[in-house]
Parts: sequence; structure tokens; C-alpha cells
Amino acid sequence: MSTGGEQAHYYVPQPSPYPVLLSGSLFLMALGVVLNVDALGPGNWLLIPGGLLLVYVVFQWFNCVIAEGRLGTYQEWEDRSFRLGMLWFIASEVIFFCALFSILFYEREISVPSLASFSQRFTPWPGFTGHWPTSGPAGKPFTPMAAWGIPSINTLLLLSSGGTITWAHGQLKENRRRVAALGVFLTVVLGLIFLSLQATEFYHAYTKLGLTLHSGVYGATFFLLTGFHGLHVTVGVIMLSVILVRLLKGDFKPGHEFAFEAVSWYWHFVDVVWLLLYVFVYWLQ
Amino acid sequence: MSTGVLHTGHEVHPPSGWRRWLFTTNHKDIGILYLVFGFGMLLVGGSLAMLIRTELMRPTMAILSPEAYNQVITLHGLIMVFAAVMPITTGLANYLIPMMIGAPDMALPRLNNWGFWLLPAAAVTLVIPIVLKLIGIGNGAIDTGWTMYAPLSVQAGPGVDFAIFAIIMLGMSSLMSSINIIVTIFNLRTQGMTMMKMPIFVWSWLITAFLLIAVFPVFIGAVIMLFADRHLGTNFFNPAGGGDPILWQHLFWFFGHPEVYILFLPTAGILSHILATFSRKPMYGHRAQIYAYWAIGIMSVMVWAHHMFTSGLSVPVTLYFMYSTMAISVPVAVLFFCWIATMWRGSMTFETPMLFALGYIVLFGIGGLTGLALADAVADQQYHNSYFLVAHFHYALFGGPVMGIIAAAYYYLPKVTGYMYNERLGKWHFWLTVIGFNITFMPQFFLGIAGMPRRIPDYALQFASLNMMSSLGAFVLGSAQLLFVYNVIRTVRHAGAKATDRVWEGASGLEFTLSSPPPYHSFSVQPVVD
Repeated sequence: MSTGGEQAHYYVPQPSPYPVLLSGSLFLMALGVVLNVDALGPGNWLLIPGGLLLVYVVFQWFNCVIAEGRLGTYQEWEDRSFRLGMLWFIASEVIFFCALFSILFYEREISVPSLASFSQRFTPWPGFTGHWPTSGPAGKPFTPMAAWGIPSINTLLLLSSGGTITWAHGQLKENRRRVAALGVFLTVVLGLIFLSLQATEFYHAYTKLGLTLHSGVYGATFFLLTGFHGLHVTVGVIMLSVILVRLLKGDFKPGHEFAFEAVSWYWHFVDVVWLLLYVFVYWLQ
Repeated sequence: MSTGVLHTGHEVHPPSGWRRWLFTTNHKDIGILYLVFGFGMLLVGGSLAMLIRTELMRPTMAILSPEAYNQVITLHGLIMVFAAVMPITTGLANYLIPMMIGAPDMALPRLNNWGFWLLPAAAVTLVIPIVLKLIGIGNGAIDTGWTMYAPLSVQAGPGVDFAIFAIIMLGMSSLMSSINIIVTIFNLRTQGMTMMKMPIFVWSWLITAFLLIAVFPVFIGAVIMLFADRHLGTNFFNPAGGGDPILWQHLFWFFGHPEVYILFLPTAGILSHILATFSRKPMYGHRAQIYAYWAIGIMSVMVWAHHMFTSGLSVPVTLYFMYSTMAISVPVAVLFFCWIATMWRGSMTFETPMLFALGYIVLFGIGGLTGLALADAVADQQYHNSYFLVAHFHYALFGGPVMGIIAAAYYYLPKVTGYMYNERLGKWHFWLTVIGFNITFMPQFFLGIAGMPRRIPDYALQFASLNMMSSLGAFVLGSAQLLFVYNVIRTVRHAGAKATDRVWEGASGLEFTLSSPPPYHSFSVQPVVD
């Protein structure tokens, strides 16, 4: 063994109560949901404390990490771990959305056409033509979501929000912090407008178009894909808001901006998913 | 790579009491937690297997109701795969990888702790419906078989919901530990530890971690869809709404088949170390094994529908999955070749880890060859869902991964505890395990060919004698594991001789340069590898 070369410290944190508490909160919430949906017991007595504990733990954990960052605990070496970690986390998210898209393609290309392909004498649904979008042979009629209107506006919103966050990042690198904060603020606003338009669209689908979770595979897959995307946008907006507050409080120096970059990667990922959604869910019907 | 000095803020010694284990960020503590939890659940899953074999000992035995029997087989499968073997291999990774690559710790220590503590939460979620049933709530645990095929799983009782949330938590745990392992390997290797110099176990886990990230999110998506079909009125798996129950099978097996390799690869990695140590020769084909892992990893996500040959796939699709499945045996055969070549003309000794490693090669070999028979799409029409399949995957999963983790346990126990285990007890454990295992599962090949289906609590009289034999073998196999438990406990209590730092005469690797047991923080100064 020798100790040649420049020496670096790798930070191994002190024992921490947050991981086990986070697991505990998820356990309570899972149990609460199951007790609720199966009407086995008063699930809310577990769900609500679990949810509060979750919020508390996530808040405290991030607080702790941010405080460590301010103390200069994280240098280049730790920073590279965080970057790799975030990249692989996003990779797992990409796989998740790949699965959801493959479900859409499977239904359109395989399950619905084969349901329509049976001999008329042997199928319980002789009139079923399998024309996409469909609510299935026994589903109620509905109007599919059009690509023009809200979805197109949403596409523009998210694309420009990708632009504003990149712009903000560039400004931060130049150490123009106020302009960078403005860029993040604009991104948050665009994200919030996107979410409210998406909520309007869902409301419209349920009340006017007859397009619900019960509308066969089209309705289920539509809400699965757009719903999970919306959930990710929500998480993204929360993360962006945290970044905004930290920026205003004086965090992030050029070269010490991992959290900022991680959030912008995440936001771009959410952006790309939306583009694919726009093409395959709304446009190519 | 820069050399690094561990920087922990203040403490060098572990905190005492329960806080140490609940709050720890130390990779060895977390590794021990994984291992204790995993081996504990191995005993739980094994006890369920004893229940199954008791029920099947004679026709018309009725110690379990058919409903309870279904719950027992389902929990046996889920616990063995997710709560026993996977945690044990992850525990080995946590304990060994930082020592093997000369890292200060795992790259993301708090995340590491979270990854572990999700597991007990998931395990309790999985089995708590049994407790609830005892106090009159619900109708027990999941009873659909571990494959949870729709539409049965859409219609089955609340146990499925508990399992869904258990699986989501297990998936999060696996993803967190995979991310951690990948980052550790990419970022925390010591100076001179290039990727191609990395120990083969570390490589095997790297590919395993890639696989977990590539397939577990799909399974999480699938169980979310299952939950939606059960409670939100969607029709993903219901043809009346344009859905397809076969879609569940595709999603499940896209995850489920690579899962087999997720269980297999880490133990294959450990096996190469053990064989080299007790043959007193360098490992044969280090590079070839790495390429074989890559080939197995990539191919394993392209062969899933060989589990679905009787589900009405079209002929071209069936042919593709048949040939691609058979093609996987090529890289696996490369591994076998390397293992045998490692031993070839070595000066071999047969300590307990080596015995289990040799047992691994033979039993997993039988599992692999019968897998080739099952991969034949035409023959599979007969084998499908019969006891032939049950015997096959027990040879593959017990003969491979479980033998591997037991071998690893004996191999590293002196390193971890600082004391040698009892060799005589270990040899007894090995022979009783191998003989018991073969008596249990060899008859099941014949039962399957004769037409006995899996997942039934009773059977026709013609299957009686072979089932009796299988059950008796299972009791030998099960009770043999108590020797293992006893041996481990007495080693942990320092009953044996003191272990040297190198433990085994032929052992090599950075982990054997440390004291036995290794210090709480492995390397205060990172070693340099030439």
C-alpha cells in the first residue's frame, strides 16, 4: 500500500434516522391505502400520519443534505457520485415510461386487432371492428382527446419551460444569480400553467367527452400515461421551487450546483416524455 | 482515480445499541442487516416449503385447506425470491464490494440504509394479511401463485393488494441498491483498480444492477396497472374493454425472466472466487466471464415469452423465443467452461465452501439442461406448468443461487466474524443438503412427465409413492439447514479457531488484506492496486 497522488476525502455521513423513518412512513401509507380500498378497516388512521411523516422526513433529509452542502462537505468526488446517482435514477424512470408506452403499442398493435380478428361465429362481440381509439368491445362510447387545443398549448409551454431552465442554468454559470432566479421562476410558472391546463383537460374529458378511466383500454392508457406524466411534472415543479428558494438564499456557486443541474435534468426528462406523449397519445390516433 | 482518505466527520467506532442498526450508514453494518434478514427469511420460506411437502406427502392429506395451500405456495415463492435470495446477494454486495475495490464505503450511504429498511416493511406488508385474518379481517394473504396472472389476480382477495404494495417497496429497494452499487463501482474504485482488473464478483453485480434498473420499473408499472384494474375500474387485462390478460404475462415475464439471472449472476461471481481459492490457481478466463455476463445480461431481456408457449403466441414469435432462449445457454456454458478450467489440474482441497461450489456446478447444470428441454416449444406443451417445471426451476434456483449463497456464507464467515466455522458440521450440512435436495426434486421430474400439475393441494393415486419420496427428501433438506444455523451461531459466538487475515491458503483479493474481522471502516487510506 502506498499513499501517492493527491489525497481526497470521501464523505461518509453520520448515522441518520431519516432512511428508516422514510420506510416506516411508506409502510404506514401502503397499509392505509389497502385497508381503505378493500374496506378492511379505518385506513386513514394510518394513511394520514404516514403521509405527514413522509413529508416531514423528506423535508428534514433534504434540509440535512443542503446544510452539509453549505458547510462545504461535498467536493468534486462526492459530486460525481451524486451526478451518477441522479443519471441512473432517471434511467430507471425512462424504463418505467418505456413500459407504459409499450403497453399502449401492445394494445394498439396486438390486443385490440386480435380481439377484432376472431371469426364472427365464435366471438362474443361480432360487431367489434377494433378501430383505435376504442373502449373495447363492451365499453361505452366516448370522444377521444384531440391533439389541437390544450395539448398543443401544453407542448409549447413545456418546450419553452425546457428553454427557460437551460437559460437559467447558463446564467447561473456566469454567476448572474438574479437573472437565473428569474429563469427558474418562469419555469415554475410555466409548469404550473401546464398542470392547471392538464387538470382542465381531465375535467373536460370526464364531464364532456365521456372519456374516463372506465373507457376501456384507450381511457385507461390515456390516463395512465398522462397521469403519471402529470405526477412527474408536479414533483418537478416542487423541486424547481426548492431550487428557486435556495437560489434566492444564496446557494449554488459555479461548480457547486449539483442540485440545480439534477433538477434541470429531471425537468428535461419530463419534457421529452411529454413530446412522446403528444406524438403517440394525442396526435397519431 | 485519486487515492482517498475516509472522512467521517467524527466517529471511528460504531455507535452502540439498536441505534447502530437502525440508523447506520456503514456498508458492513448494512451488509450484515441484509444478510441476517435474508437468511432469516430463507428459513421462513423454507418452513413454508415444509408445509407444502407435508400437505403433498400422501394423497388426501388435508393439513391445509386448499385456500391456505394457495397462500402458502405463493408466499413461499415471493419470499424466497424477493425476501431471501435477493437480500442475501445484495448484502454480499454491500459487505464485499467496497472492500474488493478499495472504496471508503458505498457511494450513497444513507440511500443504502433506506434500501435495506424498505425490505422489512415490504415483508411485513406481504404477510400481515395472515395476521389480520386471524383477528377476523380479510381472507388471508395473496393466493394467486407468485406469477399473479390476470384475471385471477384481478379478482382475488385483498391479499393481492398487500402484495402489490410489498412489490412496489421491494422494487424501490432494489432500484436504490442498484443505483448505489453502480455509482460505487464507477466512482469509488481505488487507484489502479481499472474496470478490467475488478474482481469478478463486482462485475457480476454490476451487470445485475444494470438488469435490475432495466426490468424492475416494468414490474412496478405492471402491479400499478393491476391495482388500477382491481380498484379504479380500468380494463388493462380485461378483453371486454379491449385489454388482454396475456399483457400481464408479457409484463410479468419481461421482469420475471431477467429476475432469474438477477438471482444467478452474483452467485456465479462468488463461485469463481471460491473455485480459484480452493484450486490454488488464478481464475481462468476473467475476461471471458465478464463478456459472458454481458451476453447473459443483454440476452436475458429478450427471451421472456418462453414462459408463455401455451398462451397462444403465433408460430414465428414462438420460434424466436425458443431459439433465443436456447442461445442463452452459450454464454452460460462459457461460465461453466471457465469454472471447470479454473479447477483443472489445480491443487484442490474440499473445505465446505468448495463442496457447495461443486454442488452448485452439478445441480445448476441439471437445472440448465432441463431448462433447455423446457425451452423446446413443442415439448413444452407437455412440460408446461407440470412438476417437471417445478423441479427444473428448483434445480436452477436452489441448485444455483441458494447453494451459491451458502457457499459464500461459509467462505466469508471467518472473514466477517474472525473465527473459523466447524468444518465437520459444514460437511454434514453439505452432504445432507445435496442428498436431501436430490431426493426432493429428482422425483418431481418424473411426476411432471407423468402429468402431475403444479399448484394443487392433492393429486391422483398414481403419483403417491414419488410424492412420498419427495416429501421425505424435503424433510432431510429442511432439517439439514438447522445444522447451518447452529454452525453460524457458534461461529458468531467465537467457538472456533481464530481466522487469519487471509483465511484461506489460496485466497486473493483486497478483502483478504484486511484483518479478520475487518475494521469498522475498511480502508482508512485507500490501497493502490498495481
